[in-house]
Amino acid sequence: MIKIRFSSLKGTKAHEYLLRFLLGGLVTAGAGLIADQFGPVPGGLFMAFPAIFPAAATMLEKHEREKKQHAGLPPGKRGRMVAGVDAGGAALGTFGLAAFAFCVWKWLPRGQTWLVLVVALVCWFSVSTGLWWLRRRL
Amino acid sequence: MNDLLLRFVIGGAIVSSFSVIGDILRPKSFAGLFGAAPSIALATIGLTIARHGKAYVAVEARSMVIGSIAFCVYAWLASATLLHREARSPVITMALMPVWFITSFGLWYCCLR
Repeated sequence: MIKIRFSSLKGTKAHEYLLRFLLGGLVTAGAGLIADQFGPVPGGLFMAFPAIFPAAATMLEKHEREKKQHAGLPPGKRGRMVAGVDAGGAALGTFGLAAFAFCVWKWLPRGQTWLVLVVALVCWFSVSTGLWWLRRRL
Repeated sequence: MNDLLLRFVIGGAIVSSFSVIGDILRPKSFAGLFGAAPSIALATIGLTIARHGKAYVAVEARSMVIGSIAFCVYAWLASATLLHREARSPVITMALMPVWFITSFGLWYCCLR
C-alpha cells in the first residue's frame, strides 16, 4: 500500500535541502555545459546522470541511524538496508526514465512540445509504477 | 552566463522537488522510483529547445536512453551492495560511480559514436 507521510519532512534539515538544490543545480548546469562543449550525443548521457542518488542514499541511512540513536538503540544495519531498498526502487525507475527518453527521442521532432512531454511523463510514471507493482506481485 | 544560471536554478528546484516527493512516500521501494525521475531532462528541455531546436533535444534524448541503462546498472549494483555488504552508503554510492561512467560511455562508444 502506497502512503504519503509529510511527517518525514521534519527529519530533513535545512542544509540538507540546500545540498540537494546545489547538487541538482550543478548537475543540470554541468549537463548543459558538456552538451555545449562536446555536442548533444555525449551531452545527452548526462540527462540520465544519477544526480542526487548518492546524497539521497546517504541521508536515508543517516536519518535511520539518528532514529535508532534517539530510541536508545544501537545503529545496526537498518539504515543501510533502507538505502538498499530505495536504490532497488531507483533501479526499477530507470526503466521509466528510459521510456521517457524514448518518447522524447521519437516524437519531439514531429509533435507539440507540451503534448510530447505530457505523454513522456505518463510513460515514465506508468512504466516505473507498473514494474514496481509487478515486482511486488512476483 | 544567464542560460547557465537559469539551468542551475531550474535544475536545483526540479531535482530537489523530486527528492522531497521521494521523502514523503512509503514504502521506500516505491519512493526510490523518484530517485530516477527525469528531473534533469525536465529542467533542460525547454531551454534547449529555445536555443537549439527540437531535433537537438531528440538527439540528446537518444543518448539519455543509454544513460538510463547505465543508471540501472549503477543503481542495481548499489542496491545489491548495500543489502549484502557492510560498507556505508556514501562509500558504496561514490565508489560505484565509475560504473555509471564506464557503462554509459562504453555503450555510447559501441552504439552511437
